Amino acid sequence: MRHDRVGARALPREVPARHAEALATAPPLGLLRSAGARFALIFAGTFVTAAIAFTAVLWWGTAGALDRQTDAAVRADALALSERWRDGGVSAVVEGIEDRLAADIENHAIYMLQAPDGRRVAGNLNQWPVAADAPGAWAYTTVQREGQPAEARLHDIVLEGGFRLLIGRDIDEKTRLRQLLGEGVAWSFGAAITFAIIGAWLMRGMLASRLRPAFATAASIAGGDLSHRVPLTGRHDEFDLLAATMNTMLDRIDRLMSGVRGVSDAIAHDLRTPIARARAKLEDALATAPDEAALKLAVEQGIADLDAISRVFQALLRIAEAEAGARRRAFAPFDLAPVLADAADIYGAAAEARGQVLDTRIPERLEIVGDRDLLLQAVANLLDNAVKFAPPDGHVLLAATLRPDGGAEVVVEDDGPGLAPADRARAGERFFRADAARTTPGSGLGLSLVQAVAHLHGGSLALGDAKPGRESPGLRVTLGLGPA
Amino acid sequence: MRILLVEDDVEVARFVRKGLQEAGHTVEHAPNGRDGLFLAASEQFDMMVLDRMLPGGVDGVRLVETLRTQGNKTPVLFLSALSAVDERVKGLKAGGDDYLVKPFAFAELLARVEALGRRPASDAPATKLRVADLELDLLSRTVTRAGKRIDVQPREFRLLEHLMRHAGQVVTRTMLLEKVWDYHFDPQTNVIDVHVSRLRQKLDRGFDRPLIHTVRNAGYLIRAEP
Repeated sequence: MRHDRVGARALPREVPARHAEALATAPPLGLLRSAGARFALIFAGTFVTAAIAFTAVLWWGTAGALDRQTDAAVRADALALSERWRDGGVSAVVEGIEDRLAADIENHAIYMLQAPDGRRVAGNLNQWPVAADAPGAWAYTTVQREGQPAEARLHDIVLEGGFRLLIGRDIDEKTRLRQLLGEGVAWSFGAAITFAIIGAWLMRGMLASRLRPAFATAASIAGGDLSHRVPLTGRHDEFDLLAATMNTMLDRIDRLMSGVRGVSDAIAHDLRTPIARARAKLEDALATAPDEAALKLAVEQGIADLDAISRVFQALLRIAEAEAGARRRAFAPFDLAPVLADAADIYGAAAEARGQVLDTRIPERLEIVGDRDLLLQAVANLLDNAVKFAPPDGHVLLAATLRPDGGAEVVVEDDGPGLAPADRARAGERFFRADAARTTPGSGLGLSLVQAVAHLHGGSLALGDAKPGRESPGLRVTLGLGPA
Repeated sequence: MRILLVEDDVEVARFVRKGLQEAGHTVEHAPNGRDGLFLAASEQFDMMVLDRMLPGGVDGVRLVETLRTQGNKTPVLFLSALSAVDERVKGLKAGGDDYLVKPFAFAELLARVEALGRRPASDAPATKLRVADLELDLLSRTVTRAGKRIDVQPREFRLLEHLMRHAGQVVTRTMLLEKVWDYHFDPQTNVIDVHVSRLRQKLDRGFDRPLIHTVRNAGYLIRAEP
């Protein structure tokens, strides 16, 4: 049975350890699963798309413009010569063609007028090219010009009376230009892709190197070492922000963990004693009780002991909650004055029953932000102590003031024996009891809770003499509450 | 009273059931939330005692929320090992009427069950409360016994009012602290006893029949017969 339990406990400890190991060694992710690779891919894709768009616009604006320019010139020529045909017939067109050929210094223009019988009437072509042998056709083709083949853009127009007119431009030079342009585009495109790949690779590496510290920290935390923090680069960028947030989170977890650890330590060390005592008493009664009445008494005493233990347990939990700051959720603005008045009312009767006087000096209003039940518990602990330690005809004072900084101060004084200076520093420790107080009932948790509540409210707990110099100086406890 | 107990821990269930039955109540027990919800929805109960955490998918809070949306107003007392203040608030917000943290004394549970199950009808607010020859006037806020006026402080008046509203029932110290002072805290010592004994002195001075009785290991109760 015992063996089983050990095994069951060991298992969940082992799993996170293995998990952490897996994190620390950082297995190579599949290229598609790596976010860095994905970002890099997106970057490269965007870069290449931009390059394509840029090239397309460039191409359309240069090579395309050359083509459009040629076509526009041919079209304008066609219009002008058709008009000449309508106005003056064959002779006017022939004259127009000759004028144009004479004016064409660069020798780019191509014309040919053909009679219905296929005879050439005018122009600088000897033969009608086959590719343009359709009425109204536009064509790119190779023509023979002065014995040399040349690239040409040709347009075939049918005139009235069966005449046909061929208008064209020699585009050899433009084709060469276009080729040059094409080569340039291809080279720059290759360069763009190269840059995209290099950029993507650099980006992926940068991302990985910026994430690596956070990764390593998380891995060591998962491995159980909570002391690691993500180093900051000081660049105040998104990665630093992420790291800072992560560190804040880790600090908080660390605090919570130490709170839990504190409580488990306390439980382990200090709850065992009362449990052992209760157990011993019950066992003793079982073995030696002379009659049923004695046994019953022992059982009743056992139940009372258990109740005391669970009260200690409850107090420990409250302290731990307060120390961990978990109860800050219950914070709300409220008036502390009536709460203090209630505390004085609750304990006033107890003081009176002991012949003591409980005085209060509470302002009319004391607006603070905090946890009402916890503060009452803290003040109740202080008053309980004061009433307990003040002599039978003594005085207890509960006073409160609002500090100029918006915080508040609650003071509880008694005229009992007080606390030796050496003990004051230890008074906030759990289960600490001054030697003089060992005979009075109490758990030694009262002031621990007050201290935890003070810290929770951004304040502090201070102990001092109520009436310094006297034989029994009394105790003055100041519970400071920070401003909201 | 007919009481539905929904509690998964066999030992606690047996103990609570036996105690409630000995106090004269009928108890139906469901070991999980699903059965509990089924019983609560299909039968009539005067009162429900629910564990806050239950197996079977339906926990105590869910159970109460479901019942309340169906218009079921049966008083609910939560039993819970969760003692944090916000857990209590969560339970009461869901529609619970009282919240008792484990471990508890059975006397505390019984007192709370009876206080909840026999709540005075709220539609006819009484202006005067009477126990034997003791009379408490809620309008003029005066206390008289056998026609003789008794001076009490406002807090004592509220303490007496609470006891008289639950005349014949045991009221525990924690209940008084919660209901009369409206705080949830551990007073360390029996401060409530001092208040009650002071009130008792005022009421019983000059009369040979005490009205406020101490119930050992439980709390207090006010009634005419000794």
